[in-house]
Amino acid sequence: MSTTTFSKVRIQLEDFSVTDEIEAMKKVSRNIGGITTFLGTGRELSKGENISKLNFEHYPKMAEKKLEEIREKAIKDYGIIDMSIIHRIGPIDIGENIVLIVAAGEHRKETFVACEWAIAELKRTTPIWKRETTSSGEVWVQDTP
Amino acid sequence: MITLKYFASLKAIADKEEEHLDIENPITIDQLSDIISETAPKMGAMIREKKVLISVNQEMASVETIIHDGDEVAFLPPFSGGTK
Repeated sequence: MSTTTFSKVRIQLEDFSVTDEIEAMKKVSRNIGGITTFLGTGRELSKGENISKLNFEHYPKMAEKKLEEIREKAIKDYGIIDMSIIHRIGPIDIGENIVLIVAAGEHRKETFVACEWAIAELKRTTPIWKRETTSSGEVWVQDTP
Repeated sequence: MITLKYFASLKAIADKEEEHLDIENPITIDQLSDIISETAPKMGAMIREKKVLISVNQEMASVETIIHDGDEVAFLPPFSGGTK
């Protein structure tokens, strides 16, 4: 869990810089002609309730492994040049960064598709869980069956 | 010895995060759920009723999966990472 190196797949407590991640991606190849990013942030309202805090938990090793699988499949299946995926864990305040996906390709089209697929796949297959604190108490979110 | 791990909402249901069990012979997850039921009946029922996801050595598994000495079995509620 270090920010000193730009590993392409990371799960970390600390915040990340979107700009730094994009700049790091641009250095991967001189053939990059388009970069699409998805940034997920802490939302205040969920199912009609005000959220005061979020907390993310993950299954170490398995979660990183799943993110690496998503990255490799995105590169292979969508023909992009590279992808990075960063997900934070631990306590996260409203408005803070949660997850970032950076998809880089020669052209924009494949990066849009790969980025959207990757965030959906992350939610479906990666063992990361969100706990919301509301005025009613704390609840684990279980959106995806 | 096998290691059992419980995550997120399941920690409260199992009343633990992790436990270790000695098994003499390979058993299925279904058979393991009977052992778990002895101390955490609701957790055992959720496993049998397929209300939780299961992984063995960090690969997705099912109630039919056979576990061996040294394996790490994790019980996982539905994932909710990322954002909508």
